[in-house]
Amino acid sequence: MKILLPLFVVVALVVIAFAGAQANLQAFFGIVVPYAAVAVFILGFIVRALKWGSSPVPFRIPTTAGQMKSFAPWIKQNKIDNPSSRLGVFARMALEVLVFRSLFRNTKTELHDGPKLVYGSEKFLWLAGLAFHWSFLIIFVRHFRFFMQDVPFVIKIMESLDSFLQIGAPLLYLTDVVLVGAVTYLFLRRVVMPQIKFISLPADYFPLFLILGIALSGILMRYFTKVHIVGVKGLVMGLLSFSPVIPEGIGSIFYVHLFLVSVLLVYFPMSKLMHMGGVFLSPTRNMANNNREVRHINPWNYPVHVHTYEEYENDFREKMKKAGLPVEKE
Amino acid sequence: MAKVTTPKPAELVTSIDLKPSGKEWMDTPAEIKPGTFCWGAKAKNLNIVEFPNARDWNPSEEDWKLPENWQEIFLTGMKNLLDKYRSFKVFMDICVRCGACADKCHFFIGSGDPKNMPVLRAELLRSVYRRYFTTSGKLLGKTAGGRELTIDVLKELWYYFYQCTECRRCSLFCPYGIDTAEITLMGRELMNLLGLNTDWISGPVANCYMKGNHLGLEPHAIMNSIEGMIDDIETITGIRINPSFNRKGAEILFVTPSGDLFADPGTFTCMGYLMLFHELGLDYTWSTYASEGGNFGFFTSNEMAKRLNSKIYAEAKRLGVKWIIGGECGHMWRVLTQYMDTWNGPADFLEVPVSPITGTRFDTSRSTKMIHITEFTADLIKNGKLKLDPSRNDDLIVTYHDSCNTSRGMGLLEEPRYIIENVCNHFHEMPENTIREQTFCCGSGTGLNASENMELRMRGGFPRANAVKFVKDRHGVNMLANICAIDRATLSASMDYWVPGVRVTGVHEMVANALVMKGEKERETNLRGEPLPGKEGN
Amino acid sequence: MSIEQFLSEQKDAILKGWFDLVLDTYPPDTASFLKKQDNPFTNPVGHTIREGMGHILDELAGETPSGQIGAFLDNIIRIRAVQDLTPERALSFIFSLKEVVREALRAESRQPLPYDELLAFESRVDRLALTSFGIFVQCREKLYDIKANELRNMTFRLLQQVNNVDEDQGKKPDPAD
Repeated sequence: MKILLPLFVVVALVVIAFAGAQANLQAFFGIVVPYAAVAVFILGFIVRALKWGSSPVPFRIPTTAGQMKSFAPWIKQNKIDNPSSRLGVFARMALEVLVFRSLFRNTKTELHDGPKLVYGSEKFLWLAGLAFHWSFLIIFVRHFRFFMQDVPFVIKIMESLDSFLQIGAPLLYLTDVVLVGAVTYLFLRRVVMPQIKFISLPADYFPLFLILGIALSGILMRYFTKVHIVGVKGLVMGLLSFSPVIPEGIGSIFYVHLFLVSVLLVYFPMSKLMHMGGVFLSPTRNMANNNREVRHINPWNYPVHVHTYEEYENDFREKMKKAGLPVEKE
Repeated sequence: MAKVTTPKPAELVTSIDLKPSGKEWMDTPAEIKPGTFCWGAKAKNLNIVEFPNARDWNPSEEDWKLPENWQEIFLTGMKNLLDKYRSFKVFMDICVRCGACADKCHFFIGSGDPKNMPVLRAELLRSVYRRYFTTSGKLLGKTAGGRELTIDVLKELWYYFYQCTECRRCSLFCPYGIDTAEITLMGRELMNLLGLNTDWISGPVANCYMKGNHLGLEPHAIMNSIEGMIDDIETITGIRINPSFNRKGAEILFVTPSGDLFADPGTFTCMGYLMLFHELGLDYTWSTYASEGGNFGFFTSNEMAKRLNSKIYAEAKRLGVKWIIGGECGHMWRVLTQYMDTWNGPADFLEVPVSPITGTRFDTSRSTKMIHITEFTADLIKNGKLKLDPSRNDDLIVTYHDSCNTSRGMGLLEEPRYIIENVCNHFHEMPENTIREQTFCCGSGTGLNASENMELRMRGGFPRANAVKFVKDRHGVNMLANICAIDRATLSASMDYWVPGVRVTGVHEMVANALVMKGEKERETNLRGEPLPGKEGN
Repeated sequence: MSIEQFLSEQKDAILKGWFDLVLDTYPPDTASFLKKQDNPFTNPVGHTIREGMGHILDELAGETPSGQIGAFLDNIIRIRAVQDLTPERALSFIFSLKEVVREALRAESRQPLPYDELLAFESRVDRLALTSFGIFVQCREKLYDIKANELRNMTFRLLQQVNNVDEDQGKKPDPAD
């Protein structure tokens, strides 16, 4: 049920968009929905970020993953995994965000006959995660050719690299294959691996199906139904210049694609997809381990009721005197 | 006869493969099993520290005697914590359930109980968060991963938050740095609003508050305890040590977990401190008021931890010392590193620590003014200030267990190793992914080191023990060194069960055994009273 | 073919069947975890049990037992003695072996089951069961020992102090709370 329900919802979304396009509701699906979705996305993202930001960071709690900066120059600090400076934190965050360093750490030790210890690592999740996120990003950037009158040089380079295999016409983009492959892997591990299946929620399957839907509808347009590119660019440029038009001759499948993207945008700020923003705010990663050097201030630090030395001495004065301990009051 | 209880293999394979779970985890209430939980807190201990809803209660009974409006208390408390901690809010929102943490938890590895997977432990609370604090959860309920806060859910939360040792191993592998320790801290804070503490934690907290240490040692008892050690030291070395207590004007205050004062083998470590400081002629004092380095308050609420921790700076100020040395302890050092200065600082009445022996300035502690004893000793050894005879430890084949908190909440990895390598001749590391930042917990941290939950402790200790067994089989390791008072007590138990023949020691016990003291007689035995290598015949 | 030969030829299949039966004594989600990974450090429970069972089969199949079988049993039972299992469930795995071997023989044999050999084999398994019973009790006793030791370690110094104080002043300190 937790798998079927999200699948059903995504299928329903496809049907709605397709039927809408067939029923001449292009203006709704091509103009109203995208505008609304972008607005919700931007607002939602900001609201969520502000919500997080409104809670302070009372303590400096980095997870230290290596040797700290030692008092001794002869002990070598792990400056990235246990950073004590801003630069170190920057490097740690950059590695985390760009190459998913923590996931990469996912090691395992294997004992082979001999007995011989071999350190291997469990890198599939890391690899699939990396492939998924990077190809998604590249595909997203590639779409900028639709957003700009003249296609920038950078994007042309990116496109030619992405299609360097020179297969088919139109040329096959590697990232399309990688994205579908990675999403499929990420889905399969949620079905096949019992632990992962056990912890998965509908909210884990839904974005996977949605993204798969987006990718497949895009692929369908590019390689198979050969969408009316000039029309699509006209529509997008119209949206961007706030003078929307609905050009003739764009197939229904484009509206399905656009609708699914819109749903993703709306869904994004209220879901776990916000990890994209949240990772930057994670106090175990974005703080320097310099607690003993620089005092961290807790904005809500308040005085507490303590048991003072005076009270302690009052409780034990006679015993302390008998034991020969110095006391404040005789 | 076996037929009655076991189905046929074929049936079994299918039943396992096709239906990993009959039910979703949300619908499976926790079964509170003996051997897995600690006794409930007693009213008198909670009253001492003015905690709410104090009452005597028993987790294994149906009725937990909760206040009528317990849901309201819980949810208001949760809102409070969400507003106070960005970590909590972000960690509630951004988990993608990728499962990278799943098999990193020692309790999960040792028990296989799926709710011990860090992600699921957090989801237990996240489901409540989604139901009451997110729009989608309020509207869609279970479909959006939300869950009503029922009495069963509360019991489940209690059960599993007291099966987490806040070791942070999962946080290391999380791509977003989600730290289950942080979530458990919040979970336990919420439990304390309802008086749902354990006896093993609340007792020491009350003791520490009133008497200055977890064990409840009164001033004269602390002195007696150390007196006993001094007698033993005299017997072994012929040297009479004369430490001072609550002495004003000393240069250094020394604070160590009270476990070192009382329970073997921690006491041998404590004797190590005494001998080292004596040999150096260090101008230092013990305190009976701030006689606890550890902080069981940290396992109840942030406020309680701060209340207990306040004594260290207060006492340093009263005695007029210049700086502080802290003994070998795990969670103590997470608290001292990441919390103390923020809570009770700035300690501007103290000076930046400078070793009076070597002149080394400990700039990395220039704000807290407190250094770890392994930093102090490593510096001494590096500067050649100690005369050491490592061959006195030749009967030991040593491996080293990193404490969770000093490795993942601080990063103190090389200093203790440097000392060990200088005080003994046989040292072997455990496999790479079980040490340093990837170290496995002893299985009994965060106040889970009671005896009624021994089965849980043994399960949680198994991954660590398993790695020890590996080096025992391979190198003949017979001594497990560490720098944590809880480790010294609990790893002894865990080794006793899983890897008999491996004993447990603090690093400074080995230091003292190797330390050649001025004017000592020829030593016949180590600190434990066992013959030194080569002296067995005497 | 003797039953020993049969065991060593069919070892993999028998081990798998036996391991599956053992897993049945755990909750389903636990079972699938224990089954999936065979890594001594990330899944020491599953690994130790499987490895131990393999050795036990080897011993049963071998003509010259090494006398190590007790150690292998110990590795397995030590784990099961601290898991949420009743004693009968904790030790049921020994008896499952009979079940699995019978099934395998039945599936394999074209001729009637070699009853005499089978009975002899089952007697050996029964002796294993007796050994296991002893190990299980030892493990549980060990747990209580540990509890008692912890208490003794904690009170030893107290006792020492009380004794000292008695000698010195004839007065006891207040017992700690």
